[in-house]
Amino acid sequence: MPEYQTHPYDVLIVGAGGAGLRAAIEAASSGLKVGVVTKSLLGKAHTVMAEGGVAAALANVDERDNWRVHFSDTMRGGQYLNNWRMAELHAREAPDRVRELEAWGALFDRTSDGRILQRNFGGHRYPRLAHVGDRTGLEMIRTLQDHGIHTGIEVHMECTVLTLLTDSGRIAGAFGFDRERGHFLLWPAKAVVLATGGIGRAYQITSNSWEYTGDGHALAYRAGAELLDMEFVQFHPTGMVWPPSVRGLLVTEGVRGEGGVLRNSEGRRFMFDDIPELYKTQTAASEDEGWRYTQGDKEARRPPELLTRDHVARCINREVKAGRGSPHGGVFLDIAWIKTHLPNAAEHIRRKLPSMYHQFKQLADIDITREPMEVGPTTHYMMGGVRVDGDSQMSTVPGLFAAGEVAAGLHGANRLGGNSLSDLLVFGKRAGQFAADFARAHSAPAVDRAQAGAAAQAALEPFDRGAAGENPFQIQHELQERMQALVGIVRTESEMHQALELLDAFSARAARAGVPGHRQYNNGWHTALDLPQLLTVSEAITRAALLRQESRGAQFREDFPGKDPEWGKHNIVVRRGDAGEMLVEPRPVTPMPAELTQIIEEMK
Amino acid sequence: MPSQAPTQALFRIWRGDTEGGRFQDFTTQVGSGMVVLDAVHKIQAEQAPDLAVRWNCKAGKCGSCSAEINGTPKLMCMTRLSSIDLSMPVIIEPMKAFPLLRDLVTDVSWNFRVKKTIPKFTPRAPDAPDGTWRIQQSDADRVQEFRKCIECFLCQDVCHVLREHHKHDEFIGPRYFVYTAALEMHPLDTADRVPDLRHKFSLGYCNITTCCRQVCPESITITENAIIPLKERVVDRYFDPLKRLFRIL
Ligand SMILES: Cc1cc2nc3c(=O)[nH]c(=O)nc-3n(C[C@H](O)[C@H](O)[C@H](O)COP(=O)(O)OP(=O)(O)OC[C@H]3O[C@@H](n4cnc5c(N)ncnc54)[C@H](O)[C@@H]3O)c2cc1C
Ligand code: SF4
Ligand code: SF4
Ligand code: FES
Repeated sequence: MPEYQTHPYDVLIVGAGGAGLRAAIEAASSGLKVGVVTKSLLGKAHTVMAEGGVAAALANVDERDNWRVHFSDTMRGGQYLNNWRMAELHAREAPDRVRELEAWGALFDRTSDGRILQRNFGGHRYPRLAHVGDRTGLEMIRTLQDHGIHTGIEVHMECTVLTLLTDSGRIAGAFGFDRERGHFLLWPAKAVVLATGGIGRAYQITSNSWEYTGDGHALAYRAGAELLDMEFVQFHPTGMVWPPSVRGLLVTEGVRGEGGVLRNSEGRRFMFDDIPELYKTQTAASEDEGWRYTQGDKEARRPPELLTRDHVARCINREVKAGRGSPHGGVFLDIAWIKTHLPNAAEHIRRKLPSMYHQFKQLADIDITREPMEVGPTTHYMMGGVRVDGDSQMSTVPGLFAAGEVAAGLHGANRLGGNSLSDLLVFGKRAGQFAADFARAHSAPAVDRAQAGAAAQAALEPFDRGAAGENPFQIQHELQERMQALVGIVRTESEMHQALELLDAFSARAARAGVPGHRQYNNGWHTALDLPQLLTVSEAITRAALLRQESRGAQFREDFPGKDPEWGKHNIVVRRGDAGEMLVEPRPVTPMPAELTQIIEEMK
Repeated sequence: MPSQAPTQALFRIWRGDTEGGRFQDFTTQVGSGMVVLDAVHKIQAEQAPDLAVRWNCKAGKCGSCSAEINGTPKLMCMTRLSSIDLSMPVIIEPMKAFPLLRDLVTDVSWNFRVKKTIPKFTPRAPDAPDGTWRIQQSDADRVQEFRKCIECFLCQDVCHVLREHHKHDEFIGPRYFVYTAALEMHPLDTADRVPDLRHKFSLGYCNITTCCRQVCPESITITENAIIPLKERVVDRYFDPLKRLFRIL
């Protein structure tokens, strides 16, 4: 078998985004030996891209806010399919987690009395997102990174985990390779925390980076863990649509939070035309009321542009399909119009949305303080993931934990903006703490070297086929294109059946992928090794979406456009059968305790 | 709206590893709105699958895709082809101040080691009984500028102290002067990094050429806002005769 180095840990964290770093800091605080593995360099994980803010009911801007309102907003946004325990813990603990960042050096934007400023965001009743302009993710990851490097954790940068190791059902560590040099590495561990993020690279139009190939989802599934809510993929309503090379790049919801409006080619604010029943009483009745809301008028209700993402994305889709779109197949997002209301509008926009200003100026030759942007839906976030216990974040595999985007439950059928960054902090900390407890309570598991050996053999196969094998970039590209077309925003049974057949064919092609050259920093090789993970998550998404014969949250079925009350009481679980086949089954939602039900009733 | 008709362009890309290397020419179609990173990706997907390039966000937010384009250190993902003369070959090379790993990818791990040597953030006691602080936006502004840094290390790449004089063992480089300035000027921080700046970090090696400021993709005023104020603190501490006298007494 190929050579490898061994680095044993008490707790191994896979991923160095917000969730992974927060988990590592927590686990290391109790004196355990903690290792972190990340596919890219430290500080470059997806979290760095987050823009708008982190949601926490600090009540700095509106004193009416508290954890109960945040809890009910999150549950409503998730269409009540959320793990209510996670939604409760998240709403209760997020404020402390945000304040803790300040104690570690984060510098959020301030209120006039010197506290942390909060902004409006879709689905949140009160201004709730702590932020730093539109680079909140950078502030968060840098704070965690700069604090974390002084806590004794060991970081393996640019290393990819290929497989998880198990010892009679319990987690035993991970095996992978160093991307820079191509060496294999074995990380025996008593507990493993997956914090690998999302799956956006399964689609063609996405705001996500190359890292988002669903590794954690696929690794956990193969290790025997259950996945949950895989049909719920969030398409963010506002991605760039032009020029082609930046298609999908995110335009933060913060633009709408600051007063930006959506218009079709006829100049109409079409979001006023379709306001869902669940949100009627909370939505502005006029353009003027909407504007006042964005400017902090506490009597005003939010404009329809700030309805939940699933809804806004579908409305945009409808306008484009009806021929009322913008020249490059999107709609118009206009922030420049606020100059009719604010004297120093251009400066205000540049200050509040600096990276959006630069992104459009540099990449699209558009000055957003003067002209509208063109935007359309883009694959953004995965609600589905590893099914975990709400308190401890442990999966159904003992010793295997998951936190952040790779874990499921908090967001149900649709995530509210800002609730991911807070998710990372709250559940990153919890996963780190419970993984440390688990590691202390258990002896070191046995490492099965044959499992590692098989993974290494398989990983080297693309070199045997060399340039004569199939081009991995080509396979990935076609897979993304097909998933976008067949299992995208609008879904229907016949197309998804077609997708399943194609996925079989793609698997066969992935098994023939070949790459030239050697093992040092070989992007072609890396892409070939990502394919099995992408294929597993694509299949899980498709099978779950097929089974849910209704439209709810992020899932829209053209053949079942309405909600089905029965499905409203069920999540979908995906797991691996004994013969290696993928099993998909409905699982009843756990009933909520009376005090939480009461909160939801009160907030209606 | 401006748009370019697709045309052919020639890219001259450095290929090599720790053993050495050479330029390789690739011709590819370029179209509307493309950036240098798009062209490199297209070449990688169609002609050279093992071409090594580091990137993440493709939006100028992560600082992964640093390289030298026609001799100028830049982010590949934020450099539009329309800003380059395509009648000549576009030359793309890895950063020079760090050891080459492969093709366009360098070993930047030295930067991460340097950061660990800088004393960490140490806040004063909280201002309010609930454990929080009060900070005015005007006091946050200055430090927020420094905290925009995406750690692309382009400033490190151009600094002659590192690039030509290889003082990596003594000199922390502009990125870490910005980092130290952010800590020193943080409204809550109480640690003292001035002795380290003089003795361990060799701030004195910087002769304010401003090369670093000129390449910063985040437009951080590295020299005027970070380095010069730090130099003033060192001067105040060590070279101001009156103050020195006071310390001796
Ligand atoms: C453009 C954009 C803007 C956003 N804005 C907001 C916002 O304003 N507010 C908000 O709440 N949310 C926002 N989100 C969502 C949020 O940023 C992400 O959901 C969140 O950052 C995910 O964090 P994470 O810690 O789970 O994963 P990540 O930060 O993505 O980290 C994943 C880590 O896992 C590693 N990894 C993955 N696979 C492997 C493997 N096989 N082996 C080893 N390591 C691996 C990666 O290298 C990386 O270090 C935004 C997302 C995007 C794309
Ligand atoms: S100004 Fe100083 S730090 Fe910046 S490049 Fe010149 S010598 Fe280096
Ligand atoms: S200071 Fe500017 S150039 Fe230097 S690393 Fe930071 S962002 Fe890059
Ligand atoms: S890829 Fe992130 S800065 Fe270029």
